[in-house]
Amino acid sequence: MAKMTTNDKPDARTDLPALLRRLRLFLPAQCLLVDEEDLRPYECDGLTAYRELPLVVCLPETEGQVIDILRTCHDLGVPVVARGAGTGLSGGAMPHAQGVVLSLARFNRILRVDREARLAVVQPGVRNLAVSEAAAPFGLYYAPDPSSQIACTLGGNVAENSGGVHCLKYGLTVHNVLRIRVVSIEGEVFEIGSEALDAPGYDLLALMIGSEGMLGVVTEVTVKLVPNPELAQVVMASFADVAQAGDAVAAIIAAGIIPAGLEMMDKAATAAVEPFVKAGYDMNAEAILLCEADGTPEEVAEEIARVTEVLTAAGASDLRVSQSEAERLKFWAGRKAAFPAVGRITPDYYCMDGTIPRKRLAEMLSAIAGMERKYGLRCANVFHAGDGNLHPLIMYDASQPGNWERAEAFGAEILELSVALGGSITGEHGVGIEKINQMCVQYATPELEAFHRVKAAFDERGLLNPGKAVPSLHRCAEYGRMHVHHGEMKFPELERF
Amino acid sequence: MTLDEIVSAVRAAYDSHTPLRLRGAGSKDFYGGLLSGEVLDVSGHRGIVAYEPTELYITARCGTPLAEIETALAEKGQMLAFEPPHFGGATVGGCIAAGLAGPRRQQAGAVRDFVLGVKLVDGTGQVLNFGGQVMKNVAGYDVSRLIAGSMGTLGVIAEATLKVLPMPVAEQTLRFAMDEGEALTKLNQWGGQPLPISASFWHDGQLWLRLSGARAAVEAAAHRLGPNSTVDAQKTWISIREQTHSAFAGEPLWRLSLPSTVPALGVDGLRALEWGGAQRWYAAEPAAIREVAARLGGHAVLYRAPESQRCLEGAFAPLSPALLALHRRLKKAFDPRGILNPGRLYAEF
Repeated sequence: MAKMTTNDKPDARTDLPALLRRLRLFLPAQCLLVDEEDLRPYECDGLTAYRELPLVVCLPETEGQVIDILRTCHDLGVPVVARGAGTGLSGGAMPHAQGVVLSLARFNRILRVDREARLAVVQPGVRNLAVSEAAAPFGLYYAPDPSSQIACTLGGNVAENSGGVHCLKYGLTVHNVLRIRVVSIEGEVFEIGSEALDAPGYDLLALMIGSEGMLGVVTEVTVKLVPNPELAQVVMASFADVAQAGDAVAAIIAAGIIPAGLEMMDKAATAAVEPFVKAGYDMNAEAILLCEADGTPEEVAEEIARVTEVLTAAGASDLRVSQSEAERLKFWAGRKAAFPAVGRITPDYYCMDGTIPRKRLAEMLSAIAGMERKYGLRCANVFHAGDGNLHPLIMYDASQPGNWERAEAFGAEILELSVALGGSITGEHGVGIEKINQMCVQYATPELEAFHRVKAAFDERGLLNPGKAVPSLHRCAEYGRMHVHHGEMKFPELERF
Repeated sequence: MTLDEIVSAVRAAYDSHTPLRLRGAGSKDFYGGLLSGEVLDVSGHRGIVAYEPTELYITARCGTPLAEIETALAEKGQMLAFEPPHFGGATVGGCIAAGLAGPRRQQAGAVRDFVLGVKLVDGTGQVLNFGGQVMKNVAGYDVSRLIAGSMGTLGVIAEATLKVLPMPVAEQTLRFAMDEGEALTKLNQWGGQPLPISASFWHDGQLWLRLSGARAAVEAAAHRLGPNSTVDAQKTWISIREQTHSAFAGEPLWRLSLPSTVPALGVDGLRALEWGGAQRWYAAEPAAIREVAARLGGHAVLYRAPESQRCLEGAFAPLSPALLALHRRLKKAFDPRGILNPGRLYAEF
């Protein structure tokens, strides 16, 4: 597999013995990893195509240690990459070759679950699902539910502004976090947000959430909890045509319905999933939609009736409404298992994360079909249809020379088309290292410069997660030279936004 | 007024180091720090640029009156879910800059939760586009949401894209007689249950509760909430949003943002509770109200006050030295010469 590196320019070499001398002053031996076999598990996150060994992994157990680590790195000019569970899909937690990985894995305590105030205070290494489990006895849960929720941590969710299948109705991480405690690269502690609904000054919470570990290290997170709906039910609809399914999604929204979840899978995805999960998907359909209603029993009954009406009018060839909680979970099981199911039919797959306006869906899917032929690789599509977030899964075989490079080019073309269609290169997985070149397509020089100024306001020396999330102008110039030939833009027929 | 004209005005001010006072309709001139600088009236840069009901967004130029936007949305059965005050003729630019939301904030979220993208003219006259028109976009720092509530200190919001939502199918308002303490207890209890409460307002021994959602859900909730009187309250909710309700009379008017579970403060001058207890209004002159709010985990805004008091007291609760330093660095990143609405958020920048 090709080894990728992040660096735009060679960084100064870190004086490892000097760094270790400093770290050992305050970190006990069990909090410091330096041997290659101990570092190896940290070489990548969920995006395994990009790997790098760090010099050191720190596993602090107290906020005081986090402060000391950051101060040390700041003093010595050493890059720091914060890491949660390492489930990210954009290489955001890929280490820096001259740097420290700061793992928050030992910050794994739920500090408080407050039933009356409907909030939980947790450390950043707490798993997403564990928050809902702790809140369950009170009839409450934490709404954002990325599909990796059994493993991913709240700190990582904050860094990536994670979504999930329910974010159309319940929002992203940014809509569900009340307060964070952050340590700056200089070792200063900030409380951002509060248990009230707002805080004085700039909305730094909005800025920090989704900042991919570029602005600070989170040591505590306060999240909002919401009441469990009394009931949830799913409608599963089959369509003979993907464009028709796309139109059906728009029709649901136009009817004034915001479902709790609205997901779509194309035939390639259901074909991969059904033998694996036996969710009962219609194998003849070109696309299926899953539309969930939740709330009080009265509310659900009313919404299901309206959804059924809209989907029928939109030309659904088959409709099934879950009749029990077991059946609802079965319908969802296929969607939630889509990634591993695709993993069973191909040696490797590469998951993309573009967002597009919903109405451009059919256009995007037919373009992807063309790209499958162009790159000689298959692609299954699962889609958070309700909010226009695509997850094409490009199937490839990393053991075949050139296969990964083709998959990567295929993915890049999808992302660039997402921008051209009026969308974004990433809806919930982050830019990381993976989409760093496509940032040059989505943003022009003035915006990128503004991002660099924001970064400098928090981290003047650029030591937090260097080389990620926001490309240098130099890198964009290089990428532009590679991609624009004879002044021609890609997709010249499309309006630019 | 064109974007180019805004750009030229800001560039000229940048070149001549002239402070600018950004102004839409001027409906919130009373809010924030004292006004200073040469007026840059952007109300002429107006009009809806794009509205896509099935994509759930509307893009409008800064000077577009909220009324115009809400009329267009209502035709398609949609709304600005954060229910912003109009205070006369508020524009979309001022609405985002001030970041003020109305009664539905407790259910739907704040202004920033609905900002999908902004076209900003920064303090050097450069046009910057952040965010976009899609619901989910995590590419780059979320500057669009940072702009909400920044009081025009980071840039001129030339254009913005807001997420819109369908209007609820049914709404019903209930009224209960109860005192402050009981209202706070009840509101917090109800908040932990799956009830479609979209707004709450307590004043002078009466609690108004608005239910919004599917018809059956609203009816079932009204039944479940027990003895109360149902009132036709459309006008009441507008008077609360617009603060024409008698509860908001008198100056100085303090807005306290507190954890909703904080019990009755026992401070004189309580005028009203909103947002399930998370927003509380005080109209007397409680000398130490800022300290009280901070001690209880919240903050106090001097919302409306005579100029004599606003000269002495900042509108917003002071920041810690570390946070203030960070604010200054961010301000500088967007407005290096400090010409945009100086002092409107904090006297220091």
